[in-house]
Amino acid sequence: MADPMKIRARLKGDVTEIRVLMSHPMESGQRKDNSGNAAPAHFIQTIRIAINGNAVIQGQTGTSVSRNPFFAFKVKGAKVGDTVSIGWVDSEGEQRVDETTIVAG
Amino acid sequence: MDCLRRIILRGAGASGALAMLLAAGSLRPIRVLASEWNRTAFDAKDTSGALRGIGGSALTENKEIVLKAPDIAENGAAVPVEIVSNIPNTSFLAVMVEKNPFPLSAAFDFGPGAVPEISLRLKVAQTSAIRAVAKTTDGKYYTTSKEVKVTIGGCAG
Repeated sequence: MADPMKIRARLKGDVTEIRVLMSHPMESGQRKDNSGNAAPAHFIQTIRIAINGNAVIQGQTGTSVSRNPFFAFKVKGAKVGDTVSIGWVDSEGEQRVDETTIVAG
Repeated sequence: MDCLRRIILRGAGASGALAMLLAAGSLRPIRVLASEWNRTAFDAKDTSGALRGIGGSALTENKEIVLKAPDIAENGAAVPVEIVSNIPNTSFLAVMVEKNPFPLSAAFDFGPGAVPEISLRLKVAQTSAIRAVAKTTDGKYYTTSKEVKVTIGGCAG
C-alpha cells in the first residue's frame, strides 16, 4: 500500500488552492538497472479530486509525470470545512484515497 | 472511475445496502467527467499522435494560455510546469513533452467550480518543447509551447 498523500487545501477569497504530494515510484518502463534490465512501467494513471464527494477535476497521467507526483489545483465556491478527497489509481490497479478539510488561508 | 466503484462494492461485501442505494440511484457513481485512462493518447510516440488521441486536430496558437516552465532545467527528473488557461469556458488541459518517448504527460477535465489551471512536475528526457493544449466547451483546441533546456535528462527518473 502506498504511503498517504499529503494534501493541503487553503481558501483565499473565493479560491481554494489544493496542493497534493503523492507517494509513487512512477516507473516509466524506460529506466534500466545495473544489469541492463528495464524496470517495468508502474505509474499513476487516473486522479480524481472531489469536494464533499462531488468530482471537480479528473486527471489522467502518463509516464512523464515525476516520481512522487506533486500537483496544485484551484477550485472556486468551496468553503472552509468542506472535505477535499483525492484518489488515484495506477497501472497495476493499486489505488489510494486521502482527504483533508479546507482551512482558511 | 469504474474500477473504484467495483472496489467500493467489493468492500461493501454482502451487506447489500450500498447495492440497494446504487439501484435506487441515490448513490450513483460519478461519471460526469471522463476518467478512463486514454491508452491511445498516452501510448502515442509523437505529438501528433497524442493530439489525435485526445481528440484534437486543428490547434490554434493562443497566448491566453500561460505556460510557465524554467528556461533551463538542471534536473530533468522534476521540471516544474504551471499552465493557466485564460480562455473562457476551458474545460480540459493537457501537457506534452514533445521529445519524450511518450509525449502526453497529463490531461485534466475541469468540472463546474474548477479553475482551469494546473501545476505539476514533469520528467523531461532531453531539451524539448513543453506544449499545453486547452479545449473549450465548444470543442475547440488551443495551444502554446515553451522550450526547456535540460542539462541532466529525466529518463532515469
